[in-house]
Amino acid sequence: MSADTTHEPRRVLPRFPELDTEPFWEATKEHQLRYQFCEQCETVIFYPRAHCTKCTNTDLTWRTSSGEGAIYTYSVIRRSQHPSFMDMVPYVIAWVDLDETFRMLTHIVDVDPDDPESGLTIGARVQVHWIDRGQVSLPAFHLA
Amino acid sequence: MTRQRVAIVGVHEFPSRHTHGSITPLQMKAQCAARALEDAGLSWGDIDALYDDGDGINWPGFYMPQYFDLDLKVVDTTTVGGSSFEFHVSHALRDLGSGRASVALLTYGATARSSQTSIGTGAKYSEMGPPNPISNMEDCWGPTLVSDYAQFAHRYMYDHGVRSEQLAEIAVTARYHALRNPDAVRAIEDLQLRPGSREMTVDDVMNSRMVADPLHALDCCIISDGGGAVVLATEDVARNCRSKPVWVLGAGESVRYRRNVDDLTLTGAARSGPAAFGQAGVQPGEIDIAMIYDSFTITVLSALEDLGFCAKGEGGGFVEDGRLRFDTPGLAVNTDGGGLSSNHPGQRGIFLLIEATRQLRGTSTSQVPDARLAVAHGTGGTLNRTHASGTIVLGTEPGDRR
Repeated sequence: MSADTTHEPRRVLPRFPELDTEPFWEATKEHQLRYQFCEQCETVIFYPRAHCTKCTNTDLTWRTSSGEGAIYTYSVIRRSQHPSFMDMVPYVIAWVDLDETFRMLTHIVDVDPDDPESGLTIGARVQVHWIDRGQVSLPAFHLA
Repeated sequence: MTRQRVAIVGVHEFPSRHTHGSITPLQMKAQCAARALEDAGLSWGDIDALYDDGDGINWPGFYMPQYFDLDLKVVDTTTVGGSSFEFHVSHALRDLGSGRASVALLTYGATARSSQTSIGTGAKYSEMGPPNPISNMEDCWGPTLVSDYAQFAHRYMYDHGVRSEQLAEIAVTARYHALRNPDAVRAIEDLQLRPGSREMTVDDVMNSRMVADPLHALDCCIISDGGGAVVLATEDVARNCRSKPVWVLGAGESVRYRRNVDDLTLTGAARSGPAAFGQAGVQPGEIDIAMIYDSFTITVLSALEDLGFCAKGEGGGFVEDGRLRFDTPGLAVNTDGGGLSSNHPGQRGIFLLIEATRQLRGTSTSQVPDARLAVAHGTGGTLNRTHASGTIVLGTEPGDRR
């Protein structure tokens, strides 16, 4: 564990080996937000898998996202009994639609959800905000 | 071979909501099965089809037949959360209707309250078993069951103009029905449900603690113990049963999940509903009672719209001013008090079938006069990420052989 995890004693992180998502998380160490693309039928695949969900291609290409997108929906979690998250409340969980047309679950950080002037709304533009956690970096977002 | 008509011939709901460790889920399932069999005038030896989603034991396909000591022709362990039981009836209609078996048993038992399971805000999804691509992408963000439905609710309100006060009306109606149901009244006392033994108001809901915006504590179902059983039979058997048969007229199933560039607010009900109504040959407007899974108020509102009881965007007005109550004209919804106010041990889909059956037998505590057609609609999983929708249409008359 690196020093900055002490405030979140048991932050939940992806676990390995897990072959579908390992390349995604490997790239996060370089602060690259990756998604998959099928060159045969031009379909965007996310979350990571080893097959195209539209055609029968099983050889997908990794691409790197700009990290820019918009909030599709969010909630402010004010109560959690999970030991890793109970002290983090309130925190903002969201679906973000990246400009490359994939949707991911994430946090919106650096925002006061109870400030009516914060700009936190559905449709707000956001930018990826990396949270380094040793073996991986978590792709959260902040308002753009 | 002529297709057989299929009916619900026996039901039982476990009365207590707080068992204090005095009974296990398996014991509850067996007790409820015994009472439901007595209700039908049947016994264990008549059962040749078993449907089980694994409450109380893993690998139910192996272990429930031996626990009950059954000699079966059909075993089905479809596990889709709270909607499992609607899927089970759908499959029983298929299996009994085709003549593969003649008497089906569904059981449920769970002690979420006694074992203090944090269903809504706990660690449910995390670090259970080996990682998979979904857990590896999502567990790190700490979603809770409530936040999953809250994210869905937020987008729903944004797209379709629903207000929090309108969602609150669904909880108010559930409590109105619960106060007429003695088992639910005991639950209100045993579980110390707010605001106590009086009618709930919209203000009560709006002033209750925010759990995950925009869902307040009273937008969320309760956590209780509970169990139940349903026995179904082919027409030959049903005609000789002790109880008045309640006919299964149609069934529909759907599983939906988050996708890229997709309308999250369209639920599986938009597929399972038309399938069930189509098979039954009835329109939503003909339905007297709708038992709609109410894990959260938004679960009901979205289902009412996607099942076609009202158009998308009209649900807010549809639920206002007590319109869902049993004693107002039009559709009656969740007449037992629902998961919001009667019982919710985690997967309450079986109670939708039981209360719909009571209505069509004329024995509900909030009885709709001359009830002829009812719907049981289950929603399992989370509307925000992955959910299953199962719709069953029930009637007092057998209808055509379909």
